[in-house]
Amino acid sequence: MIEQILEMARRSVLQTLRQPALVIPPVIFPLVMMAINTGGLDAASNLPGFPADSYLDFAIAVPFIQGSLFACVNAGSALARDVESGFMKRLAMTPMQRAALLVGHLGGVMLVALASAVIYLVVGFAVGMDFPAGALGVPAILLLALLVALAFAGLGAFVGLRSGSGEAVQGFFPLFFVLLFLSSMSLPRPLIEQDWFRFIATYNPVSYLIEGIRSFIITGWDAEALALAFGIAIVIAVGGVAAAASALRTRLVRT
Amino acid sequence: MRRFAQVAGAVAWRSIHNVATNPAFLLPSIIFPMFFFVAFAGGLSNVGNVPGFDFPSGYTAFQFVFVLLQASAFGGVFTGFGIAADFERGFTRRLFLAAPSRTGIIAGYALSAWARATVVGVLLFVVGLATGMQVGGDGVDIVGLILLAYLVSLAATLFAAGVAMRLRTLQAGPAMQMPVFLVLFLAPVYVPLDLLAGWVHGVATVNPFTPLIESGRDFISGSAAPAAGAFAIAVALVAAFAWWAVRGLRRAEAAG
Repeated sequence: MIEQILEMARRSVLQTLRQPALVIPPVIFPLVMMAINTGGLDAASNLPGFPADSYLDFAIAVPFIQGSLFACVNAGSALARDVESGFMKRLAMTPMQRAALLVGHLGGVMLVALASAVIYLVVGFAVGMDFPAGALGVPAILLLALLVALAFAGLGAFVGLRSGSGEAVQGFFPLFFVLLFLSSMSLPRPLIEQDWFRFIATYNPVSYLIEGIRSFIITGWDAEALALAFGIAIVIAVGGVAAAASALRTRLVRT
Repeated sequence: MRRFAQVAGAVAWRSIHNVATNPAFLLPSIIFPMFFFVAFAGGLSNVGNVPGFDFPSGYTAFQFVFVLLQASAFGGVFTGFGIAADFERGFTRRLFLAAPSRTGIIAGYALSAWARATVVGVLLFVVGLATGMQVGGDGVDIVGLILLAYLVSLAATLFAAGVAMRLRTLQAGPAMQMPVFLVLFLAPVYVPLDLLAGWVHGVATVNPFTPLIESGRDFISGSAAPAAGAFAIAVALVAAFAWWAVRGLRRAEAAG
């Protein structure tokens, strides 16, 4: 079983690394957007009640979530491609266990997500990001980033397996992107002036994922923010992976 | 000239028909600008209270102008996607054989981009006014803003057409989208130019899109600032990208 998982993870990582289009955008695009927004919204750090001295410290959490969204699309697209190309049907005729297929595939996606998170962190430190959580905060923020990536990758895998169509997975990407924009991504929730927007951001789970990562950078160890972020990430991850496992079972029965 | 107009009209009608009858083409170009308007004007409205931010018509109008020009530009980029798809399907090669005036093909695509920009612009105005956007400019100012949006749409369409005709594949999508995206976002998007910080301020100062967006904001607030410079830049961009698109057309013809 472990051998099967490792083999599927290796295939997943190699598939990603062999296509620069799957590696470069998830790393570069969030950093470019962060750089632009940091310059464009730096003046917002002068608002009364803004929690950080520089907008960079506030904004650096966003690439972690954007990177996870790309992980979601990569996971879903790769599995959809396996369905479309008939790889899944051929696999069904082998003694390969279903769990190994999914765990191995998601493991590969997690490895890429971990590398992205490390890059975001290194870039953050290089441009002068504060990090009051200290040395222990580094593995903790990486763990949270991985959990968030697993949560979105699980959802992406579900869509990919359920639909068996790469186009359908791409079609879901804007939906996740909307969730990101309608969150506390650009301003802290108490500083969002429009009541309806603050209401949506408050009930949007993505706000709490961002705020959990942001807490390491702005406040240090914030028990409430971390409990909410880890809790929500775990719930989405469990739900997403369970849904993906169910879709895989259905997909293999159909073949 | 009559042949040019006939080809342009036929290509425009076909492109508009394709977009209007296919929700997968139509909806993104309508929904994304609305979404950006909601996300920026709603989520960031407190940025209008930053010291030094003194736009008279308020943050909603400030963001409206950016989203209107962005939607106009991206309508042009989406039209470029359509041109690339037509190459992939082999439609453009058949069109080259049939069209008595091939530059009319580019004009036709540009007309369809204008039609798309018109639909999105009208919807944006409706949503903006419905959400209480303050318009300080008079009728002439609004006409100036609309004219600016059409010029931005035309410049972006010609740029994307030039790329599509050189590469002739949908995989050229990022080569059309990313430069436009970067030019748009490396301008004073969220705050006026004076409040931008760091390297973004430096880039925005020399970005040709900055005078366009600033003039658009002057129009909607009714400021008496001169707009001749912005129109001169817009016309120069249109002229430069028209040359780019026609050269691309010649490359596509030579490629067969």
